[in-house]
Amino acid sequence: MSTALIPLAILMGLVTYPFRAVPLLAPGFERLPERAKLYLRLVGPSVLAALAAVDTKVIKNDAGQPFFRVGWEWLAVGLCIAIVAMRRSLLIGLVLAAGSIAVLRALGVAPLP
Amino acid sequence: MAARAQPAPGTMSLADSRRRLLTDSLGIMASASGFGLVYGLSARAAGFSPLEASAMSVIVFAGASQFVAVGYVLGGFSWLAIVLLTAFLNARHLLYAAALAPFVADQPRPLRAVMAHVLTDEAFALAIAHFRRIGRADVRGYWMGAIISTFIPWNLATIVGVTVGGSIPDPSRFGLDVIFPAAMGGLAVGLITGRRELVAAISGAVIGVAIGLAWDPAAGIIAGGIVGPFVGMAARPRAGENDRAGQLAFGPEQGHEHAMPYFPQGGEHAPDDPEAGLP
Repeated sequence: MSTALIPLAILMGLVTYPFRAVPLLAPGFERLPERAKLYLRLVGPSVLAALAAVDTKVIKNDAGQPFFRVGWEWLAVGLCIAIVAMRRSLLIGLVLAAGSIAVLRALGVAPLP
Repeated sequence: MAARAQPAPGTMSLADSRRRLLTDSLGIMASASGFGLVYGLSARAAGFSPLEASAMSVIVFAGASQFVAVGYVLGGFSWLAIVLLTAFLNARHLLYAAALAPFVADQPRPLRAVMAHVLTDEAFALAIAHFRRIGRADVRGYWMGAIISTFIPWNLATIVGVTVGGSIPDPSRFGLDVIFPAAMGGLAVGLITGRRELVAAISGAVIGVAIGLAWDPAAGIIAGGIVGPFVGMAARPRAGENDRAGQLAFGPEQGHEHAMPYFPQGGEHAPDDPEAGLP
């Protein structure tokens, strides 16, 4: 069994780990100024919303160029967000989101990605 | 349908918050399993051995960069290009770690070092919501979100995908590809406790899509995560808005008699902490 790519995995791990570890291990992050604390408080909703939006609305074509996606996936993600906002249940939202897009694809209304 | 009230940050009991965490984790587990399976299938198609595919899932443990590595290896790109792109893609983890750092500052350094390795999009989303609900860190809750819900399903699914291969139906037929963005969006909604968070979330999404279209999706995510909070900070909190979230997350507000510090003192536990009394 080939192990030739394991050094690549180690290198990728080595460049990833500092981003995850430095703020957790560096002293003083709990003594930040108020403005910095407010900023960090807002990172969570901001970056998670960016992840959801970009993952749903921006895809790359075969040439590697990003373009705006118009598709049923928006509605599925929006449905989940609405369920969470109204019912505070992520699980129900995810089941409905995945289920709705699966049904639309099975019916041929929504194309497979 | 009436909207359910969001519990004020820091006011939920540990047991209740862990129950919510467990329920939320089920969706994340499905997402991690689906993507791990697709990654394993992609790695197999690119000629990765099961050992190589699993090594990436264990050592790197970052989905987007693993998918890129598969594509770049298949395309014959240099390792340097793959490593540089990995660093770029995973730079957003710096924001996650910075946001979690104040919560876990009193944990032993070796423990924080291990926590860092399993800090992913999913782990961050589950942990920050859980910590803010209870107003402090909960290491067991972190492991639940990071390892049980993400690391184990991702790695098991990788093995299944790379070994069983083509006999597995396409996960996107079951809608598993929308679970990740839906989970991130849903968890973002759970973190919105006031106008500033709402503005930061909307700004992050809009900026992310704009930069993603103009340049690159990964750059969009980073730009949205960096710039969105600045826009949120510029927003004025609504009059009378409960703005305790940040105080609970980062210590008590001066002169606020109801504010609670999130750092437990040595040996101190919440009244309902199941870990109380344990060694």
